[in-house]
Amino acid sequence: MNIATSTLRIVRFQFQDALSSRWLLVHTLIYLLIAEGLLMSTGFTDKALVSLINVVLLLLPLVALLFGVIHQYNNRDYTIWMLTQPLQRPGLFAGLYLGLTVPMLLSFCVGITLPFLWHGGLADVQVSRLLTLLGLGAALTLSGVGVSSALAIRFPDRVRGIGLALVLWLVYALLFDGLILMGVSALGNWPIEKALIGAMLLNPIDLSRLILLQTFDAAAMLGYTGAVFSRFFGSGWGVVIASGALVFWVAAPLWVANRLFQKQDF
Amino acid sequence: MHLMQPIRIQDLYKAFGPVDVLNGVDLAFHPSETTAIVGPNGAGKTTLIKCILGLTHADTGSIDVAGRSIAEGVAYRNQIGYMPQHAHFPENLTGRQMIAMVRSLRGSAEGDADIDLSLIRTLRLEADLDKPFRVLSGGTRQKISALLAFMVHPPILILDEPTAGLDPISSAALKDHIHQRRAEGACVVLTSHVLADLEELADRVVFLLDGLIRFDGELGELRTLTGERRLERAIATLLEGEAA
Repeated sequence: MNIATSTLRIVRFQFQDALSSRWLLVHTLIYLLIAEGLLMSTGFTDKALVSLINVVLLLLPLVALLFGVIHQYNNRDYTIWMLTQPLQRPGLFAGLYLGLTVPMLLSFCVGITLPFLWHGGLADVQVSRLLTLLGLGAALTLSGVGVSSALAIRFPDRVRGIGLALVLWLVYALLFDGLILMGVSALGNWPIEKALIGAMLLNPIDLSRLILLQTFDAAAMLGYTGAVFSRFFGSGWGVVIASGALVFWVAAPLWVANRLFQKQDF
Repeated sequence: MHLMQPIRIQDLYKAFGPVDVLNGVDLAFHPSETTAIVGPNGAGKTTLIKCILGLTHADTGSIDVAGRSIAEGVAYRNQIGYMPQHAHFPENLTGRQMIAMVRSLRGSAEGDADIDLSLIRTLRLEADLDKPFRVLSGGTRQKISALLAFMVHPPILILDEPTAGLDPISSAALKDHIHQRRAEGACVVLTSHVLADLEELADRVVFLLDGLIRFDGELGELRTLTGERRLERAIATLLEGEAA
């Protein structure tokens, strides 16, 4: 059996598992309620959409990292059993990764899109905004699950893996901007703008926020690093560079996780 | 369905960091023979089995399955049915879906002709096959795990504590099935801490300590060597001998 065939077969059964699972339903409902709540209370104002973005940017990486890592620890014995079947490791890795991320992404897309649909939000402007939001959500999910896979493979001790996933989320979603701001206020007299732009590229959540807020033309919400970044590059180049960095943030964890998986002694 | 030379292991070494787990293991498993690998915790039993299954990569040495090196690819695992100590399958899948999965992953060219689902009846699994794993007891999961290992009629069976968690009736039925497969020519490798099981199932005992084989022979030889009739005593005597 070639790798693509075995990947597809594994994905098929992963889907069957996901489709009858409660977490997927809850996951969809959460996004549905958030989007519905915001749209119902304020309609299609930029304010509602920016709030939605902020919630999504906090929640998605948390789910991808934390749920991703817990799911993989819970399925470790199953993964080991799969490894004893006549399957090549790259195909198995791809199957397990896609089998986890694709249902997660679909559930996120359905949860966010449905309220847009029934509030009649498919005017041209809103569609492009919605698609940007969904695309960036997908990137953050793929990246987060990639990181959580690497953690779960690298650390057989689940307490350590889950702890690290939480710390990463805290750092990237909450502390990063604050730490940068502290650095700036301490080193304010030095020419540190370029270093700041470098730092910005290190955080996929900030990158997503930057791209989204540029699309929404709400640069005031960018946060400190985002403001520096967009001033430096201008909005067009800023988005291109940020998107490139985001692609790296999807590919790099996946590459590392796959390498670990190929070499790991289970 | 039997192989001339099911498994041959030569000069196998494996260390995890500073800990040497396997220290040059030479071993062959034969058709129509049930071999029990025994030894205290940390002796290297699990690592040895994991090396055969391709879960763990040996540092040096070679393993041939059905006459070909396992380094040549994963196809050799078609020859092996494996029953892990802890059976864990996706929570929302059912036993029937897992049967479909094994069929699909094993991709047997002969179709379903060679699929053996007799354990469903023997282990009384009919009522549980359509329930998701999250509602099944540990014993039932273990029975489904046995079914999945045996269903493709593999010429090699690797069973890690196969009767752990099974009720006495199912345990006896599974042991009968293992006997039957062995009689048909299968090569059976098992580990167990239930010495009664070993006495009932094993033709041959391989005693592993500190990653080396300290005894390899028939049960009768072990008894003669140690002067103990019961396997439990015989192994204890071996261990004491090593400690002295």
